[in-house]
Amino acid sequence: MDTTESPSTPVKKTRSNFVQRLANFFVSMTRINAFILRFFREAFMPPFEFKEVIRQCFEVGVRSFTLISLTGFIVGVIFTKQSRPSLASFGATSWLPSLVSIAILRALAPLVTALIASGKVGSSIGAELGSMRVTEQIDAMEVSGTKPFKYLVCTRVLATTLTIPILATYTAFIALLGGFLNVSVNEGTSYTSFMEEVFQPITFLDIVASLIKSIVFGFTIGIVGCYQGYYSNKGTEGVGKAANGAVVTAMFLVFIEEMLIVQIMGWFR
Amino acid sequence: MEKAKAHIDYKNEVIRIRGLEKAFGDFKVLRGIDLDLYQGENLVVLGRSGSGKSVLIKIISGMLRPDKGTVTVLGKDVTKISDSELQELRIRIGFSFQNSALYDSMTVRKNLEFPLVRNAKHMTRKEINLATESVLDAVGLLHTINQMPVELSGGQRKRVGIARTLILKPEIMLYDEPTAGLDPITCIEINDLINEVQQRYNTSSIIITHDLTCAKSTGDRVAMLLDGKFQRVGSFDDVFKTQDERVKPFFDYNFIQ
Repeated sequence: MDTTESPSTPVKKTRSNFVQRLANFFVSMTRINAFILRFFREAFMPPFEFKEVIRQCFEVGVRSFTLISLTGFIVGVIFTKQSRPSLASFGATSWLPSLVSIAILRALAPLVTALIASGKVGSSIGAELGSMRVTEQIDAMEVSGTKPFKYLVCTRVLATTLTIPILATYTAFIALLGGFLNVSVNEGTSYTSFMEEVFQPITFLDIVASLIKSIVFGFTIGIVGCYQGYYSNKGTEGVGKAANGAVVTAMFLVFIEEMLIVQIMGWFR
Repeated sequence: MEKAKAHIDYKNEVIRIRGLEKAFGDFKVLRGIDLDLYQGENLVVLGRSGSGKSVLIKIISGMLRPDKGTVTVLGKDVTKISDSELQELRIRIGFSFQNSALYDSMTVRKNLEFPLVRNAKHMTRKEINLATESVLDAVGLLHTINQMPVELSGGQRKRVGIARTLILKPEIMLYDEPTAGLDPITCIEINDLINEVQQRYNTSSIIITHDLTCAKSTGDRVAMLLDGKFQRVGSFDDVFKTQDERVKPFFDYNFIQ
């Protein structure tokens, strides 16, 4: 029997475990910061990979288009349907288009788009780069005189940063369409009057805030996916972890950013 | 196929390594490596798995940084040059990976064009096509030009991988386990290809392997890496003419005895 173990060992173990985790957290944060700085250093320095950025934009758009269309429409329909009884109890169903538009344009469209893109695009970037790392394709680019960071990371991050705002705008349009169909069926509102009421409460700040949010979300999804994939190194298990880590981390960060941006925008209202 | 006599220029060192050391954590992989590779020479590095053979060529290509020592490649110390100089130097070094490392989202043509498009910007589309087709023809795989890497056999992938490095006309070739995982016939084909590359492109090569057939048929010189150092360097016969218990099992295990 091991007699050297003192009664306080589990406590010490937990403490050292905590210290280790804390140290790992700070190491990861430093690495992520270095990764982001490297992106800004390389993305805007020639030579530029325009063709690859466009190809990646197309990939991001195509990958999420169907799901975003479906989800955006359903969100619009359900949100309108669920909001009706509360407004009806005040006899204020005529406010429904305004309520729907504020909710969709300010919050739901960027958020829903970002969450779907985290799942579809973030995981795919994580898995793709992870698999390229594991099969030495990234090393092969490096030794052939190509800058893999520029070609693989910068292009993908730029693509998500540019495409997510476009997708979010599309989601808003589709969600409003869903809301209109619901309002039209139940209240018989015409398209013109629905649209008038939709844009009445929307300010320039709302549109700018929504756009900024989508850009930040897009950047986050791209950088997290690329970071997870680019530094994955434990064989096939590493590829799975990279894909999973990309989704979980991106979703978590998207919610945090949503909260922060809403708070900041609140000061300008 | 019998190896043709190589034209080695013993006055011209393309790689010169002195006192190279590399450790991963507490594990010292390389413990003072000295090595010269001459112009036009094929040098085979033999050693057990995990002995640091691949680490050595990764340091030569600048993918890993050594802890100590100097590594001079084509007159430049890779441990001291800037990123842009390293980038330029890498174009002059071909690296054939153990698993070929073909870009699996691109066709064979795109795989070959990839380094060319990025490094030879003055070339026209016609010249790129010509270079791609000629190098693929040189490895006997022109018919696979529009195929995806997943459609190729192991041997074909190796050949395409070698063709991709040859397209930039490198002066030095680094082969990491070129015959690993291949059947004996394909191994012979790859060995012949390595010799053909040496003859046709006048390259100097380091071939990392533990396949003695490959070592014997491609190497002008063989270096045995044991315990982080080159214990025996010389011709194939010189290296294995020993009763050293660390070297003998390599030979005894092999069918070519």
